Amino acid sequence: FRIMAGKVKWVTDIEKSVLINNFEKRGWIQVAENEDWNFYWMSVQTIRNVFSVETGYRLSDDQIVNHFPNHYELTRKDLMVKNIKRYRKELEKEGSPLAEKDENGKYIYLDFVPVTFMLPADYNLFVEEFRKNPSSTWIMKPCGKAQGKGIFLINKLSQIKKWSRDSKTSSFVSQSSKEAYVISLYINNPLLIGGKKFDLRLYVLVSTYRPLRCYMYKLGFCRFCTVKYTPSTSELDNMFVHLTNVAIQKHGDDYNHIHGGKWTVSNLRLYLESTRGKEVTNKLFDEIHWIIVQSLKAVAPVMNNDKHCFECYGYDIIIDDKLKPWLIEVNASPSLTSSTANDRILKYNLINDTLNIAVPNGEIPDCKWNKSPPKEVLGNYEVLYDEEMAQGEGADRDLRGRPGQSPGVKGSRARDSGKPVLTTWK
Amino acid sequence: VLAEQDSAAAQQYVRQGCPTALRADLWALILNISNQPEDILYYEQLKSNVIQHDLLVDSLIYKDVKLTASNDDYYFVFEDYLYQVLLCFSRDTSVLEHFTYSSATPPKSYIQGKLGMEEYAVFYPPNGVIPFHGFSMYVAPLCFLYHEPSKLYQIFREMYVRFFFRLHSISSHPSGIVSLCLLFETLLQTHLPQLFYHLREIGAQPLRISFKWMVRAFSGYLATDQLLLLWDRILGYNSLEVLAVLAAAVFAFRAVNLMEVTSLAAAEAVLADLSTLKVMPLLQIFLFATVT
Repeated sequence: FRIMAGKVKWVTDIEKSVLINNFEKRGWIQVAENEDWNFYWMSVQTIRNVFSVETGYRLSDDQIVNHFPNHYELTRKDLMVKNIKRYRKELEKEGSPLAEKDENGKYIYLDFVPVTFMLPADYNLFVEEFRKNPSSTWIMKPCGKAQGKGIFLINKLSQIKKWSRDSKTSSFVSQSSKEAYVISLYINNPLLIGGKKFDLRLYVLVSTYRPLRCYMYKLGFCRFCTVKYTPSTSELDNMFVHLTNVAIQKHGDDYNHIHGGKWTVSNLRLYLESTRGKEVTNKLFDEIHWIIVQSLKAVAPVMNNDKHCFECYGYDIIIDDKLKPWLIEVNASPSLTSSTANDRILKYNLINDTLNIAVPNGEIPDCKWNKSPPKEVLGNYEVLYDEEMAQGEGADRDLRGRPGQSPGVKGSRARDSGKPVLTTWK
Repeated sequence: VLAEQDSAAAQQYVRQGCPTALRADLWALILNISNQPEDILYYEQLKSNVIQHDLLVDSLIYKDVKLTASNDDYYFVFEDYLYQVLLCFSRDTSVLEHFTYSSATPPKSYIQGKLGMEEYAVFYPPNGVIPFHGFSMYVAPLCFLYHEPSKLYQIFREMYVRFFFRLHSISSHPSGIVSLCLLFETLLQTHLPQLFYHLREIGAQPLRISFKWMVRAFSGYLATDQLLLLWDRILGYNSLEVLAVLAAAVFAFRAVNLMEVTSLAAAEAVLADLSTLKVMPLLQIFLFATVT
């Protein structure tokens, strides 16, 4: 077999030190985009060009990129919801026990995304739902933006008149002039710690979608709001109370540059175990792993499983006061900006471990390899789900789960989806 | 132990350390905190006192929290709880009772013009304890265990009147800070005489570095999960001596590096970061391993 000599040639259009330092420490050589490169860490705009039908080019076997061509199936808010809804319906049609519903018609195991509608397309459906709970709060998010930009909360229909299909600006005006939004039921009972709202940022690396192989970074973190949480309607406009994005919190009066409002997941675990007990804490973390895997399974069929690709996603999860985790969104390009010293170290190590898995031995890649790295290189990643391994253990065992049982019983679903390598799943 | 609600048994049990999920209940049992309605009422009363009038020491508390806990990776989240607990604490006259077994006396304030006349004296602050820099760090770790403010308050108050007050008052009590300093120096001098001598020679007296750890009961220096294991032993053995032992153990652990330093600043640097230390192995090695 051919041993490829020479150093890996890299390109990036994201000028971040945590990336560049990692490339340089491996002795890789920086080249320009139009030269021969082996590794390109690109922004999402660039990946669009690389794989576009008109301007795209064919990647050769020794070229690797850090995005899947149609990652937006997972990372665009509206498409993510669409894919999850489709996935649930499919499971229901197959009669899979995963798609079980409770007496209220809610999915027992697959209800992890807050009720969401696309606007303006589903406007009327949304109004119907809104009228069922007129005192509810909803959150409007533009589909294509990040970092909390353009997000606002509403509790009155009049606040989103613009998106009504009957509005004068619809019909003959092209869709693109009325930006696509999703509107989701706002989780107004988030778990509060120290009276403050927070969300979880977890990093998940996917090396292949079919078979699904994904890794979760053990060092995720919680992002706290600087201001005490209140569901009071007078504060709906105060983004410092509701949005946990660091990009927003950074401009608050109380933002602290030492800790950046971030807590490690291990702190969260210690706090929850101490105040709520070990079982419910384990259950929470199991559920978090579960919803991440389910979201990936939902998009796996439509993902272009290009062998030149891997991707490191930033998952945003909110926990409510009943200790139920909700998937808020998935980011294709999680921020590599460091807000504190600890942050810089974490992101540096994240990239380091990611590269160790995606580019084995730091050598010129051959994208035909089996994408099965040895355990030693995982670093702070741990295997979240390995479909090949799971199937090897026989996924067609009898299911012993009984309908209507509390989600605490994992027996049925663990077997159906194939036992993941993480031993926390029972 | 918990099912039996046996306080003495709980104290025995925690000597081996608590499982995280049981710690809150075990400590409450040992400290006799049951959070009865009258306790909650008392706390609410204190809170209304806070709202009704300000005290000068409130400013000290704000400053302390902002300088210490607010900048701490573990405790910044609980900033608001710390204010609540400490502001109430300052107004809690029941704390004055601990002065019957403390060799300290609470400061007094005299009505203007009546200095020295006992009939016109009041204790100030009402609880007789003037907060100092780092005081909020006594409360901070407890926030990981108790999320209900009134219970958090009572646990802290009890921890203070049983243990923490000894760390900042002069007495001959074996758990008092003076005895701890003596214990620390004795342990170090006895078991690591070369290190002790070397550090003194370069003007880096060991106590200068370890004093701050002991006064704060290591809060803010150790990782929280390790700190809680340490405080398990304080409760279990009803003594603060373990703080002096741990301080000596830390020096023993970093002895090799310390022998090479030539200044106080360098010694401080070697001992600046304790966040990765594991308390139990450290203590065990120091106490039980034979010296080669």
